[in-house]
Amino acid sequence: MHATAAAAAIEQIRADVNRRKLFDQMFVIVGLLVMFAALLVLAVLFIDLVQKGAPRLNLDFLTQFPSRKAERAGILSAWVGTSLIMLTTAAVTMPVGVAAAIYLEEYAPKNWVTAIIEINVTNLAGVPSIIYGLLALGLFVYQFKLGQSILTAGLTLSLLILPIVIVATREALRAVPRTIREAAYALGATRWEVTAHHVLPYSMGGIMTGMIIGLSRAIGETAPLITIGALSFIAFLPQSPFTAEFPFISFAWLKDGFTAMPIQMFNWVSRPDPKFQVNAAAAGAILLGMTLLMNGIAIWLRYRFRKRIHW
Amino acid sequence: MSTLQTASGTTGDGSRQSPPTHAIEGRLATPRPSVDLGRAPAADEGIVVKSRAENLSFYYGAVKALKGLNIEIREKRVTALIGPSGCGKTTFLRCFNRMHDLTPGTRYEGSITLYPDNFDLVAKGVDPIEVRMRIGMVFQKPNPFPKSIFENVAYGLRVRGMRSSARIEEEVEKALRRAAIWDEAKDRLDSSGLSLSGGQQQRLCIARALATNPEILLFDEPTSALDPIATARIEELIAELRDQVTVIIVTHNMQQAARVSDYTAFMYLGELIEFDNTSKLFTNPSQKATEDYITGRYG
Repeated sequence: MHATAAAAAIEQIRADVNRRKLFDQMFVIVGLLVMFAALLVLAVLFIDLVQKGAPRLNLDFLTQFPSRKAERAGILSAWVGTSLIMLTTAAVTMPVGVAAAIYLEEYAPKNWVTAIIEINVTNLAGVPSIIYGLLALGLFVYQFKLGQSILTAGLTLSLLILPIVIVATREALRAVPRTIREAAYALGATRWEVTAHHVLPYSMGGIMTGMIIGLSRAIGETAPLITIGALSFIAFLPQSPFTAEFPFISFAWLKDGFTAMPIQMFNWVSRPDPKFQVNAAAAGAILLGMTLLMNGIAIWLRYRFRKRIHW
Repeated sequence: MSTLQTASGTTGDGSRQSPPTHAIEGRLATPRPSVDLGRAPAADEGIVVKSRAENLSFYYGAVKALKGLNIEIREKRVTALIGPSGCGKTTFLRCFNRMHDLTPGTRYEGSITLYPDNFDLVAKGVDPIEVRMRIGMVFQKPNPFPKSIFENVAYGLRVRGMRSSARIEEEVEKALRRAAIWDEAKDRLDSSGLSLSGGQQQRLCIARALATNPEILLFDEPTSALDPIATARIEELIAELRDQVTVIIVTHNMQQAARVSDYTAFMYLGELIEFDNTSKLFTNPSQKATEDYITGRYG
């Protein structure tokens, strides 16, 4: 009597557990489907670009200047321009963004002024990029007279991604446990020493990730660059950053005109000759490849920096 | 190191020599004389007051967490703080190295005087960093930096401006030996402090604090995250350290207080209920509340 009642109770528990676990399994399936859908879109996009652009995906394409003849046109000035702009953007964003994040996270008193700054920084991430372009046109090009140059482009894109970098850096700084900060303070370290010797190095992985996510956003931006007056047909390169005579390094390229990958693409897409569409697809495939490469570097950096750190 | 002043007149510049081991055995074997609360200890007992809290109150915002504590911390003795959760023992401990200053809206009243230079730790205008240069701390959870074992111990020295790598190496070895982890660590000084086991990590943290020759070493429930074997090693270590440094230890575990300390303070609801020689407090407490706590009636 008792034995059968106990057996029935156990049966019921099993049935109950199985029923509830069904939701677990369903979620796994739904999650996988959603993930594959996202990956599929990216894959289709990439494969499509590669297929369409295949005839032009060769070394010549990378080493030739734009031309009126589609089959002779290349993206040399575009990828060099994009690389130099990214270099400028990174060089400006890294110190400014990290310093702002350190101030907000480690130094700023928790009051309403800080709260307003924080809300605004987050909001800036949502401002349309063309607004940044207009700001840059008025401020950098006309007010500071920096011209329609690589420097202007770098500064503009830097403004665009600063909110992203600041938010990501703050998250990374916040991930350093309180106990580690206390350990350093207890040894007599000052706030700056705690930040510079501990918090910053330990959060470098997260900071780098935020930085590269920001740059991946910047590399594809077209609107602000058009607004500040990027050229779309350049048959020359900016001046070399390396020179033959002392001090062997030059920053003259910062003041040169430029074009960039997305602008080159935009230019080709808007041409009536269908041969230019092939060029646009090839350039798109390369731009997408550059972005994926940067994200790959971000993942690798994060892995490297976090390998030794597990709280 | 130059900024570190050794407060006890009996030791030289930072090099504290441990007395012969029979002194430890003798101390462990014989019960200490009872010390009356508040009475200045007689010089012939060989007891020197290292620090004295007078009327110490502490506020988290409007909440008064410590209510006018008076206690004497004796030099080169172990003082245990016991009491139920929330009684303020950790709050009190953290006053000694001004750890509360990291939290906005906290406030001290009264004084904690450090001898022999009559330095009031909690006075307004005293830089908490100066306090932390003189008083070390070991935390509840082992918290080594994600750096090498060597760099963990060297960090306090580097903050103090020590540059000579030979000196640093020497001091690191000394600290690791004092914390009884040299044998386990000597072949892997370059590997991460996080690669050690929990108990080893805690001893590394003790070495890190010892390297700077603190005048008082604070322990905040140092074994609460450790297994019984690792706990026993830490307790052993604290017993060895009592000849070299003044120790204040917060513990949840009354047996631990009885095992490692010379004096015990029982706290309840932010007040100091009783402070006495450890054996006296555990065998013959003068306060009813103390007796109720140590016999397990609450807490």
